[in-house]
Amino acid sequence: MAQLLIYYAHPGHHKSQVNRAMADAASGVEGVGFVDLYALYPRHDIDVDREQARLLAHEVILFQFPLFWYSTPSIIKEWEDLVLEHGFAYGAGGDRLDGKTMMLSLTAAGPEEAYTPGGYQHFPLRTFLTPLEQTARLCRMRFAAPYVLHGSLGAPGDGRLDPHVAGYRRLIEAIRDDRYDFAAADGHDIVTAETLPIRGEG
Amino acid sequence: MGDILLITFVFLVAGVLAVPLASRLGLGSVLGYLIAGIAISPLLAAFGVDVVSVQHFAEFGVVMMLFLVGLELEPRLLWSMRARLLGLGGLQVAVTAGLVMAAALALGQAWSVALAIGLVLALSSTAIVLQTLNEKGLMKSDGGRGGFSVLLFQDVAVIPILALIPLLALPELMDAMAGGAAAGDDHGNGHGGGLDLTHGLAGWQRALVMLGAIGVVIGGGTWLTRPLFRFIALANLREIFVAAALVLVVGIALLMTLVGLSPALGTFLAGVVLANSEYRHELESDIEPFKGLLLGLFFITVGAGFNFPLLFGNFAAIIGLTLGLMALKAAVLLALSFLFGIRGGDRWLFSLSLAQAGEFGFVLLSFTVANAVIPAAVADQLLLVVALSMLLTPALFILYDKVIAPRFAAGGGDEAADEITEQGPVIIAGHGRYGGIVNRLLREAGYATTVLDYSSAHLERLRAFGFRVYFGDATRPDLLHAAGIEAARLCVVALDGREQITALVRHVRQQHPHVHVVARAIDREHVYELYAAGAHDIIRETFDSAVRAGRSVLEALGDHPFEAERKVRQFVRQDKAHLAALAALYDPDVPLHENTAYVEKSREVMAENEAALKGMDRAFATRVDRGWSPPTAADVAAEESRTDPGEAGPR
Repeated sequence: MAQLLIYYAHPGHHKSQVNRAMADAASGVEGVGFVDLYALYPRHDIDVDREQARLLAHEVILFQFPLFWYSTPSIIKEWEDLVLEHGFAYGAGGDRLDGKTMMLSLTAAGPEEAYTPGGYQHFPLRTFLTPLEQTARLCRMRFAAPYVLHGSLGAPGDGRLDPHVAGYRRLIEAIRDDRYDFAAADGHDIVTAETLPIRGEG
Repeated sequence: MGDILLITFVFLVAGVLAVPLASRLGLGSVLGYLIAGIAISPLLAAFGVDVVSVQHFAEFGVVMMLFLVGLELEPRLLWSMRARLLGLGGLQVAVTAGLVMAAALALGQAWSVALAIGLVLALSSTAIVLQTLNEKGLMKSDGGRGGFSVLLFQDVAVIPILALIPLLALPELMDAMAGGAAAGDDHGNGHGGGLDLTHGLAGWQRALVMLGAIGVVIGGGTWLTRPLFRFIALANLREIFVAAALVLVVGIALLMTLVGLSPALGTFLAGVVLANSEYRHELESDIEPFKGLLLGLFFITVGAGFNFPLLFGNFAAIIGLTLGLMALKAAVLLALSFLFGIRGGDRWLFSLSLAQAGEFGFVLLSFTVANAVIPAAVADQLLLVVALSMLLTPALFILYDKVIAPRFAAGGGDEAADEITEQGPVIIAGHGRYGGIVNRLLREAGYATTVLDYSSAHLERLRAFGFRVYFGDATRPDLLHAAGIEAARLCVVALDGREQITALVRHVRQQHPHVHVVARAIDREHVYELYAAGAHDIIRETFDSAVRAGRSVLEALGDHPFEAERKVRQFVRQDKAHLAALAALYDPDVPLHENTAYVEKSREVMAENEAALKGMDRAFATRVDRGWSPPTAADVAAEESRTDPGEAGPR
């Protein structure tokens, strides 16, 4: 059993379609830590000691959020700025997160082909995620391939929402049960509901 | 009766006319009083007023002044001054007395007369110096503190000098005065009568009684005053508190006189003991007017007692002696300032301010004459020298102010920053449910606060938590002054009563425009009043907590906490905008219902609020909803058909 912690962040939770459904599914999974950052800290006053203790108690940290302006919602940035302290997460003596895994689960409004040199987003999605990837590296954490839904705004209308939510649930249970093949995932830029490398699922 | 009224009237008129005039001319109040005294001396002579006995009465002002000085001085601070007190004070008295004695010997006086003259003239004028230093705000400067150390030592030194003088009696004068000498004790330190009860006791018994009396003052001040003042405060009558403060000071002075100690020393000790008490500011503002009037009276009597015929008879000699004495005293002080590290402008302040002879000089001179130590003819001339040196002291302060201080102020800018004022930069008026929280917050954030509250039961509880809180009615300007409003940066008005809050805000804004005012508002309408009164920040006492309660309800109803937070923020923003719009229309002189512009606007606001309540105001929901709204399906379609203008071609 791997200890999994999910940090969910969506400032417009009540009008979200995809992320709210994903959060509802994730928060119901047994044996997994789930934190809605905007619900816990509606005034952004993050309790650093509490969050650091939470990090120490878990092995896999999964951030679930919609991609806003090529980055995370602001509270995740605030969380990083405060919780990943020097001497705790990085720098001299900062090895408390050594060996843990950071993973992202994000939704992007643009379609997959937009995140190509010829697409209107111009860069591959992973390029926009390099700050997070490097954050993980500096904290001596493994950065796992993110679980992504492209074209998220259209997903409820064209039948892609339910498979994505179900895949999210499978992903969470697999990590919890040590059935998720992180090594195999390393071979992908991103993983989706269809490509999740879960052992024992064939 | 008529006589007393007439004389009182003459004294008061002289002071009321001369002091403002002198202040206007930049001469300071002391010189004003002295000049007033000189001006009315013919009148007093015509009425047959005994100026000397009035002066003895007025010297009680010095006792009160030392009580007030003590109040400003915590025991810790006094202890930290001990080296200066003994070293600086002791050396000043010893060296000055020695040099004056040498000069007197050189002028042909007998050694015993010379020694007595030396001791008498070594003392300076506590009344003039402290009064002037306070007036100019120099008490907390290095020079002011040094001067105070010396004055305090001198005040204590009077006691052994009084004991020593009878031993110097000249046999031939003794014979001449046989019979009348016992009267000399009447002026024991000048502030009391011949009430010493310790006569006839052995030396060790006397010492024991004196120590006991000091113990009574310190013990009583520490343990008895608080319950006593608390009991008195329960009566809620201002004049009874004033009476109690006077009882305290007069009582201690009396006790000290009974055991043969200096009343000034006793009240000073009592002041120090009470410096940490929450009643300190109230005592200060109660005693202050009495002290001021008595000292004024004292200065007037000094002026009135000035013996002009004698002066003009020996003009050159008297002037020469006075200037010589002042030069000598200033030189000794200057030398000591080097020894004790008083630097810059402070050195000159210290040297010049203490260069006169003092009121103790009058007392001691009459005492020496009574004890047949100094011949009356010499004493009369010395009295003139003492008075003249006091008269010249304000001139030295003016010299310091106009010539010396500016020179040093221009030299080093960082000297002023070294001074630490005792009073907090933040005054909190009212330490109830509102001010108490503000105070706790500020203290935890590391700011020094001065808290004023009028509920002594309340303060009692707070003391248990180690807060420094003071008893008093914060709406009284003198108490605000005592709490240091002049030096404060900020005043939090958190009183309970609506009218008191508005009055205090108006007063502070008018009289102390440099102070930032944060005011507690009882309700909406009160906000307008405070806005008109000029408060910088107006915080309704229940608004924020009610809004938080509303937010809790939204969360309990199932709103996402961040969603609830955003609704609350929008609500608060809207409410503040309405409040500001209405406050601008509020006119304190026009009743609300007659203010047509106000009534119109508030109808508008009410309609808006009602619409919002009925869910008709889409604007509210829109503003809350605006953030993080996804594009519509049409937007998405348009977006997806778009190509990057820089990267034309198929995707």
